[in-house]
Amino acid sequence: MLRTPSAIAGTVLVGLMVVLAVIGPPIWGDQADLIDAGAILQGSSAAHPLGTDNLGRDLLARVLVAGRFSLLLALAAALIGAVAGVVLGALPSVLPTRLARLVTGAVNALVAFPGLLLAMFTAVVAGLGARGAVLGIGVAIAPGFARLTQTLAASVAGADYVSAARMLGVPRRRILVRHVLPNIAEPLILNLTQALGGALLGLAGMSFLGLGVQPPSYDWGRLLFDGFGRIYVTPVVAIGPAVAVALAGIGFNLLGDTLARRAARTTVPGKKATTSVAADTDKPDEGAVLEVKDLTVTFPGGVTPVRQLSLSVRPGEIVGVVGESGSGKSLTAAAIGGLVPYPGTVGYGRLRLCGKDVTELSRKELGTSLAMVFQDPMASLNPALKVGGQLAEVAVVHQGATRAEARGRAVDRLGHVHLPEPDKQAKKHPHELSGGMRQRAVIAMGLMGTPRLIIADEPTTALDVTVQRQILRLLREVTEETGSAALFISHDIAVVGELCDRVVVMYAGRVVEELPVDRLATGAAHPYTRALITSLPDMDTDRTLPLASIPGRQPGPAEVGDGCAFAPRCALATDRCSTERPLLSVYGDAHQVACWEAK
Amino acid sequence: MKIKDLTVRFGAFTAVDSVTLEVPPGRIVGLVGESGSGKSSLAKAVSGLVPYSGSITGASRVQMVFQDPYASLDPRMKIGESVAEGLLRLPGQARVAEVARLLDLVSLPAEVAGRYPRELSGGQRQRVAIARALGAEPDLLVADEITSALDVSVQGSVLNLVRSLRDRLGLPILFISHNLAVVRYVCDEVAVMHGGRIVEHGPTLEVVSEPADPYTRMLLESVPRLRR
Repeated sequence: MLRTPSAIAGTVLVGLMVVLAVIGPPIWGDQADLIDAGAILQGSSAAHPLGTDNLGRDLLARVLVAGRFSLLLALAAALIGAVAGVVLGALPSVLPTRLARLVTGAVNALVAFPGLLLAMFTAVVAGLGARGAVLGIGVAIAPGFARLTQTLAASVAGADYVSAARMLGVPRRRILVRHVLPNIAEPLILNLTQALGGALLGLAGMSFLGLGVQPPSYDWGRLLFDGFGRIYVTPVVAIGPAVAVALAGIGFNLLGDTLARRAARTTVPGKKATTSVAADTDKPDEGAVLEVKDLTVTFPGGVTPVRQLSLSVRPGEIVGVVGESGSGKSLTAAAIGGLVPYPGTVGYGRLRLCGKDVTELSRKELGTSLAMVFQDPMASLNPALKVGGQLAEVAVVHQGATRAEARGRAVDRLGHVHLPEPDKQAKKHPHELSGGMRQRAVIAMGLMGTPRLIIADEPTTALDVTVQRQILRLLREVTEETGSAALFISHDIAVVGELCDRVVVMYAGRVVEELPVDRLATGAAHPYTRALITSLPDMDTDRTLPLASIPGRQPGPAEVGDGCAFAPRCALATDRCSTERPLLSVYGDAHQVACWEAK
Repeated sequence: MKIKDLTVRFGAFTAVDSVTLEVPPGRIVGLVGESGSGKSSLAKAVSGLVPYSGSITGASRVQMVFQDPYASLDPRMKIGESVAEGLLRLPGQARVAEVARLLDLVSLPAEVAGRYPRELSGGQRQRVAIARALGAEPDLLVADEITSALDVSVQGSVLNLVRSLRDRLGLPILFISHNLAVVRYVCDEVAVMHGGRIVEHGPTLEVVSEPADPYTRMLLESVPRLRR
């Protein structure tokens, strides 16, 4: 967490403030109260670096001593604000609807009200002095906290586990205390750190206005107030408390920011992962559209979701990559498209697209020869732009077409993917289309160029079965017509079996079997592939027998050991399987399997 | 449980349009349909989570199991505490014993009670959610897409559990899914929903082998199959 300068500065400043609060009064207390009639209202000197006040007391000592009081007051104010705010913010979820609405409305009105005015008003009503100022600042902080609590609580209140508790008849108060508050505590605590900085500044402001701490007590704001009258004569007397207030305020805010950033990002990027890959020795396959050899995707901390994966796709061929969640299939697709998110690193022995190494391909070549289709079509379409315009952009950017030509081609492509009335659809925004129509539009976007390879990552998972059927048919049609190849990634072995020519089965980041699709149902050799097929219910499954399932779970990308990753779940596993990893080896015609027991 | 002329409206939109459906004791009734067909709204109405017009009788203690087992358990509560939430009526000692009995009922070892949801697989979490629902002694269990967030390799164990609960407890279950193969395997009867209405309802094997409604036929034809 101490990696950025701001984080270091914040931690150091807050640390110094705490130390000052502890040791300040015992060390400099006497000096700060020592009245010296001979040294009244002096400026900076060797004996008094920050000068003296109207009773001749040393101002440096007074600034150092005032730290404890200033920080304690700020802490009190922030706590009052936080407690009042959390209670106000949480009340609506336990009160009856009408009262809840009243509280929400009141909080909204208070949020709109200027904080300092609220603080001054409360301080005047509560009486001059430290107590009034603390109450005032607390009241000023509360609406923000209430608002935050409400928003966070509302998001948790919509969670399934709260619905489940409601159906079990758990009382609302208990839901609030047991489910809602623990799940929103973290952001609230972060906010408290920042509120502390705010309270410190606010209290200094109140004291400076004469509404805060009254003599003989003093905090930084009070010292600033006392020194301000002399600022034109001896400016140094105001600088001491001003610097103290500023440093403390900055410190708490920086620390709060750091904590918030840390909470938002669960994985902190660490040392860049190094990937060692065997040298590329044999000759590349010139005929393949896509050739991948020893592809590895690594994330910091030894997390390796894709391990030495090799596959190739020939022109016109549809290759299916099938695996369960966490098998690394989607990251494989992302790595081929150059889309692995930070801080992941991609290593490979060979990654060739259309007979060229991907590093030799220009962005333009990549943009027209590779088309990607994802699970969520909304992620590929800009919601603010009309569909036709987005498609046309591809032709304008990559092919140098004029606007009119590009538009014509966009409408033509939309018609090609069987969108009814393509000229009308081109004028619509993505949200006006159904899920299936959007996915067609994304495929049409890929067809704006002349794709040699279409990578489709779970393109039908979010769609209904009837629409899925249409999209699968469209993909088949498009590849047959354009001669383009396709890499089709799916968790559903039945879908893969229906669409693809060849199937690659992934488990825990590796390919465990590769086989022609007609052997999938009856000729699979790897126990995992076979188990996947038997555990999939279909329209002919025997209803009198229990459904097969695989015990245990797939190891995470950081838990893979030396042996076969499937061994702990495998009925055929021997001692050898758990210590020695089987390599992918030829099993039959166009059939490879990585298993010691495959016979 | 009997539903009669149930209608659910959201503003001007009618999600469920005067549906009549019965879930007899000890039967699993499947509800299939595509997104927007109204099946989830029907489930929510039966569970009392959305307002409706019409009548629902014979289901006073309905419990629901949700689609996403990663969202339906409080991440900060131990499994035992989550399951015990439906058992607040029992005194402390009896509650602990009942949690163990419920976990055993869904074939989970008793020590799972001391773990947090993140330590469990999706299939195990879904069993916990079922155990929690059973603790309230429901007279109807609503299972809303309970296997669609699970991997195929663990789906089977949850489906087997649903069938065994019917056999052992005689619990009526309304089983909602978009996956016809899953519904065919689990359910005794199936109702097909389309546009807020039930277009076909009958014994599962009958509906699957001789669909009467053209929409049902289209659904059946769309199910992906392995070429055997």
